[in-house]
Amino acid sequence: MGPAREAGVKVRREDYMSQSKRLVGMVAASAIMIGAAGAALAADPIKIGEINSYTALADFTQPYRKGWQMAVNEINAKGGVIGRPLEVIARDDAGKPENAVSIAEELVTKDKVDILAGTYFSHIGVAVTNFSKEKKKLFIATEPMSDDITWAQGHNYTFRLRASTHIQSAMLAEEAAKTKAKRWAIVSPNYKFGQDAVAAFKRVLKEKRPDVEFVVEQWPALGKIDAGATVQALAQAKPDGIFNALFSRDLTAFVREADLRGLLTKDLVVAGLLTGEPEYLEPLGAEAPQGWIVTGYPWYAITDPKHKKFIDDYQAKYKETPKMGSLIGYVSIQAIAAMIQKAGSVDQDKLIVAMKGLTFDSVAGPVTFRDIDHQSTLGAWVGKTAVKDGKPIMVDWRYTQGPQYSIPDEEIKKLRGKE
Amino acid sequence: MGFYVVQFLTGLASAASLFLVASGLTIIFGVTRVVNFAHGSFYMLGAFIAYSLVKTLPLGPTGFWVGVVLAALAVGVIGVVMEVTILRRIYQAPELFQLVATFGVVMVAKDAALLFWGPEDRLGPRAPGLNKAIELFGSRVPEYDLVVIALGFVVLGLLWLLFNRTRWGAVVRAATQDREMLSALGINQKLLFTAVFFLGSVLAGLGGALQLPRASVSHQMDLSIIATVFVVVVLGGMGSIPGAFLAAVIISELSAFGILIFPKITLVLMFLVMVVVLVARPFGILGKPVPDVGEPVQSDETLTRLPSALGWAGYVAVVALLLAIPMLLSEFYLVLWTQVFIFALFAASLHFIMGGGGMVSFGHAAYFGLGGYGCAMLLVRAGLPMEATLLLAPVVAAAGAALFGYFCVRLSGVYMAMLSLAFAQIVWSVVFQWSDVTGGEDGVNRVWPSPWAKDRVVFYYLTLTLAAVGIFTLWRLLFAPFGYTLRAGRDSPMRAESIGIDIRFHRWLAFIISGAAAGVAGSLLALAKGFVGPTWVDIPRSIDALMMVLIGGVQTLVGPILGALTFVILEDRLSAFDYWRSAFGLIIILICVLMPKGIVGSGRALIGRLGLGGGGER
Repeated sequence: MGPAREAGVKVRREDYMSQSKRLVGMVAASAIMIGAAGAALAADPIKIGEINSYTALADFTQPYRKGWQMAVNEINAKGGVIGRPLEVIARDDAGKPENAVSIAEELVTKDKVDILAGTYFSHIGVAVTNFSKEKKKLFIATEPMSDDITWAQGHNYTFRLRASTHIQSAMLAEEAAKTKAKRWAIVSPNYKFGQDAVAAFKRVLKEKRPDVEFVVEQWPALGKIDAGATVQALAQAKPDGIFNALFSRDLTAFVREADLRGLLTKDLVVAGLLTGEPEYLEPLGAEAPQGWIVTGYPWYAITDPKHKKFIDDYQAKYKETPKMGSLIGYVSIQAIAAMIQKAGSVDQDKLIVAMKGLTFDSVAGPVTFRDIDHQSTLGAWVGKTAVKDGKPIMVDWRYTQGPQYSIPDEEIKKLRGKE
Repeated sequence: MGFYVVQFLTGLASAASLFLVASGLTIIFGVTRVVNFAHGSFYMLGAFIAYSLVKTLPLGPTGFWVGVVLAALAVGVIGVVMEVTILRRIYQAPELFQLVATFGVVMVAKDAALLFWGPEDRLGPRAPGLNKAIELFGSRVPEYDLVVIALGFVVLGLLWLLFNRTRWGAVVRAATQDREMLSALGINQKLLFTAVFFLGSVLAGLGGALQLPRASVSHQMDLSIIATVFVVVVLGGMGSIPGAFLAAVIISELSAFGILIFPKITLVLMFLVMVVVLVARPFGILGKPVPDVGEPVQSDETLTRLPSALGWAGYVAVVALLLAIPMLLSEFYLVLWTQVFIFALFAASLHFIMGGGGMVSFGHAAYFGLGGYGCAMLLVRAGLPMEATLLLAPVVAAAGAALFGYFCVRLSGVYMAMLSLAFAQIVWSVVFQWSDVTGGEDGVNRVWPSPWAKDRVVFYYLTLTLAAVGIFTLWRLLFAPFGYTLRAGRDSPMRAESIGIDIRFHRWLAFIISGAAAGVAGSLLALAKGFVGPTWVDIPRSIDALMMVLIGGVQTLVGPILGALTFVILEDRLSAFDYWRSAFGLIIILICVLMPKGIVGSGRALIGRLGLGGGGER
């Protein structure tokens, strides 16, 4: 059906009126700021149509929502961008690409948004980027990681913020190559994200360690893993390394069964894509696996003052700890604001010109949107899992920017074609 | 060897949990004949309630089991509430209304869970004392799995005792065989039905609660279990408890071992087995034919022509208005109306076999999806122009309908409905898991119209034209000799056969025509969105079509059109609000309870009662 019925309850407009009311309340104390806010309110808002899986994958997307809300509030309190406040119209796609496309159409034709943004699941990101190409509407793919979005199906109208499947899988493969593991097993959700991640991991690991072999692969349907049987099937192949691209409810079911059934022996090397992200690691509590090589977000150990301020502000505002989604949500709005600032208007062509090669100061350090593939240089944290005081954390981590884990420019150009 | 034993036990543990849920559904169906879609929601609620209870009960280790039992009982009460407030009012209505009403409950339950537990997943604790595994042939089997297997057998045994060794059980068995006789003997049927709903819902809740130590509790649990549970119930024989057990074991072991050989197509295997069994044994492995309580869509009325009162002037006015919409309304409403036309054609295609032939398809999305995917594959993969794909997509859908319909038209009533659902799920599982060809979960992108049809106004007219031609063709056929023959076969099969009508052949032909029309609708939606995905073929899409037909009214021609219009517009209007889905569900339930003839039928009845006109020709 249309966008709507599947779209769940969180179809919510970040209403401009209610925001301005909040805004007015907030600044009432400060006489100086009233002037700025008043000026911002006078102008037409810049509309951002935000499509996300707010009910289908709430663990990531709800903190993400809080992240962008915080950034929008801060920017609007300072008078907005180019003298206009930001208005985000957020809609829930219920985890279905069909809904996302319908919503995109509605946002463009009914709400007349200036920019499309968001999408969590890779296949939804791919569907929306194809829509954006066809309708020539700028789309900032903030979360979806599939390599296709910036490479094979990349085009002029889409830019991507988060580090891609290739970048994050390559980081894991680099660490995995340093271990003794030779016989590798694969377990991954069977859709765009998982397929791209596994392809990247295999490619990079084979390059670094030609002696490895891949002995078994399990591809459960997204959100539908038969965990017990899957774990047994992996165990039977007696691997000494596992590449795991499961996340959310698939991951929790897998970890429980793997632990019970003795798959996770001491010597087994496990590389877990996204497993270190607090939204997926924390629910496991003390049951969280230890010593996995993971990408994630160790916010508790971050010391950079600017980043630390974001983390503190977030906790003060929402009374909860930040997640990976919080950071991505916040930085998304920072990126969009920087883009509009540089373009000086919301004209699509000007925005694209501005976004190509745009460098802005995110809370996680300077980030550039590469001209060659529209991928941002926002990196990822790679480290190992551990449990401390009954709480799972990442240790021995480092933050690395994306580009050095990308593929050669020549290959990117070939993949992107004439675009 | 040891590995296979352990894998078998793993499968058996899944089978036991599946059986708990499926036995509840099969008991409810056996007695009340209600195909209860809300059963999956009860399973989900059981898990959520157990999660909250286990977390809060200050009972230590026993708290887990107390929580599980209390959750199951609580779900039983919810089931009773549904039965008393909704279903009891519509047992007399055609069976389909009960199904659609329970789908309304699915929507309400989903929102209720969101309201009470929030959208995040919840990971419950492991079962106390059962958080280890035991060594068996060098592999490890979780203790909890063994307990669940044991529970499965215990419940099977208890249900057997209940139904075979108690008076209440004898009454229930009598109710499954002859309801009228039973009421003649002075048995209070109302109470019996309510008790059966309680028992069935308790089992669903128990199944959900027992998932707690295995996986996170999530809002996706309801529809993800219901499809599998239907397979088990239908495969085992609707109403048969041992059948449900056997089927649960077959399905689960198939998955446990299938994963070793075909890790990517476990779902296809499941539905394939279902179809093979149903083709050979339409009533399931251990099922017996259940006497139909009446044809599922039959009512005292018969299909009526378009109201003549409107006259030609009226039709010209409607057509003129539709043609003028692009000039009157904004771009967004073009998009919306384009969808109305697509779904009107889809609903009309289902109505063609339901209203005309008395055949119910629970899986009409199969042909919608075959059209959509046919169009996408031909356009994107084979590189054909849009014009050619629009011609060929309905051919693909018709071919599918010819194949599936060949088997479906041999059955009637709810068995036909269930077989059509099984075929739709086959199509769904193939497009969902055959990633290399269909794109799997990702779907197919870039299914855009030819350059001349890209403009929203042009596409609006293209859709309007094709939908109008399709709908008028279907209408014309219903009142051609073919349509009358079809209805003769529906209303009086024996007499029709005796005057030499090949009923089965006519029904088959109707099925194929209907499939082709649904295929046109599916391909138009693909072109409108530039995308095709598994949602084209999934269960909610089939239910959408049923709802549109029933909302509008089965025994009228314009009913499905108005149903589609109401559906699309209502959805668009409501979606601006929080928790709008439950509002939508409530409206569906109300329509089922208050207007069992649909909007058009009930409106006409009202007009007739008020003495305002003839009410259309019979």
